[in-house]
Amino acid sequence: MVDLKVNLGTIQLKNPVMTASGTFGYGTEYADFMDVSRIGGIVVKGTTLRDRQGNAYPRMAETPSGMLNAVGLQNKGVDYFVNHIYPEIKDVNTSIFVNVSGSTIEDYIETAAKINELDKIPGIELNISCPNVKEGGMAFGTSCPSAAQVVKAVRKVYSKELMVKLSPNVTSISEIAKAVEAEGADSVSLINTLLGMAIDADKRKPILSTVTGGLSGPAVKPVALCMVWQVAKSVKIPVVGMGGIMNARDAIEFLLAGASAVQIGTANFIDPTVSVKVLEGIETYLLQHNFSSVNEIIGALEI
Amino acid sequence: MLDLVVKENKSLNNQYFILILTAVDKLPEMLPGQFAEVRVDDSPTTFLRRPISINFVDYEKNELWLLVQIVGDGTQKLSQLKTGDSVNLIFPLGNTFTIPENKKANLLLIGGGVGIAPMLFLGSYLNDLGYSCNFLLGGRTASNLLQLDDFSRFGNVYTTTEDGSHGEKGFVTQHSILNKQNFDAIYTCGPTPMMKAVAAYAQKNNVFCEVSLENTMACGFGACLCCVTDTTDGHLCVCTEGPVFNITKLKW
Repeated sequence: MVDLKVNLGTIQLKNPVMTASGTFGYGTEYADFMDVSRIGGIVVKGTTLRDRQGNAYPRMAETPSGMLNAVGLQNKGVDYFVNHIYPEIKDVNTSIFVNVSGSTIEDYIETAAKINELDKIPGIELNISCPNVKEGGMAFGTSCPSAAQVVKAVRKVYSKELMVKLSPNVTSISEIAKAVEAEGADSVSLINTLLGMAIDADKRKPILSTVTGGLSGPAVKPVALCMVWQVAKSVKIPVVGMGGIMNARDAIEFLLAGASAVQIGTANFIDPTVSVKVLEGIETYLLQHNFSSVNEIIGALEI
Repeated sequence: MLDLVVKENKSLNNQYFILILTAVDKLPEMLPGQFAEVRVDDSPTTFLRRPISINFVDYEKNELWLLVQIVGDGTQKLSQLKTGDSVNLIFPLGNTFTIPENKKANLLLIGGGVGIAPMLFLGSYLNDLGYSCNFLLGGRTASNLLQLDDFSRFGNVYTTTEDGSHGEKGFVTQHSILNKQNFDAIYTCGPTPMMKAVAAYAQKNNVFCEVSLENTMACGFGACLCCVTDTTDGHLCVCTEGPVFNITKLKW
């Protein structure tokens, strides 16, 4: 039997496979396809203080080995989550994180404080990296002082696992990681999507309503892997790696690069059962290579 | 999610083909309007599944038909599938049409281009339930009018073409049947301008009308929120809240 448990700052996950925010709904969308309690964690859809209709459509463009999205944090707001969604999902036997986003620091504080009251939510993923909203979001995550400021403010009201989701659209992601670590982040997750765009040459118009969007899928994997490796060397807190993971092999690469856990995102759209397959594949790999614990391969890259 | 087997890949012309799929086990029950998310294998430029409307279901023969228009690399790849090949589908997805209680209701099903696909399934379904249907099918030219023989099994077929090569010349909304008969319900699927014109006709004449929308999708089951359309209830996913919408709900 292989030990799959991993430590993520203040909490322990039963295994290192999580699903990424915005790609897994609230988990309930996947209940027809798989047993969601098998995976180590679910990060639910980005939640904001108030209801957001998100961006106009078109919101999606397929790209070679990936996709651009410009959803823009469509959600019904934190109160709706607390009153209607939380009761539905709280008894699922996995670690459920709420991705928290905002336009102002006060938004982040108020939303995080409300989530802090929920017993069955062991952590939040502070989203300071969404490229698809006009104010807030990525604006907070692209400079060290503003990233530090929002984490510091949220830390005061949020007592559980505070994971901070980082943007790759920066000069040095390691510097941002260090800045949020210094303000009390328990872990960091990366990468959010890369800023990108798509053009319809016939119409001479952008494909997305917002002109630019966030690129995800296997196209971004080498970038993500490199950033996870850089950040893991720069901070002491655990790193959660994501970006284009399609199978167990991809996930193992992130673990070797220094990630304590991984998040599966875009791949869920193509194979809604992929997260379970990744989990099984990691277990098989560990057995084949005679490891007794997944922790033995975290950061085990030989250079 | 299920692997189906290609029983036949029927080319209609250089633009359209019908994939007749079957399975070892009994196919699940499907409703008209619902669609499948079809995985396209071995196409480097095709990353996401392709949402394709269910065209026809024959439970006795355990057949599921998909009518596909070749648009890009993904559908081109699907057009090359051969008998015996395996295709992975997530289905059935989405909602269905609202059927009136009165079996004597005069129903009009309007389809344009590849949008005729769900109209055949709806027509056969209504036929099985004992309703009589009228089909009004439009295309640019005669070669765009598909499956006319199949449609005629389930009701009266009227056609329009923009060049007059088949049926009445003009758009579906210009067809004389709209002036000759009163309809209790209209169902439509096709290019957006066509559906909008049909919706305008229905609104003007106070006829119940549902449209089946098409949109680019990433997942097809309500997780990605990419395929929304604007409605009186805000942005709703075409994949789970649709693809069938009552025209009074749409803000378009």
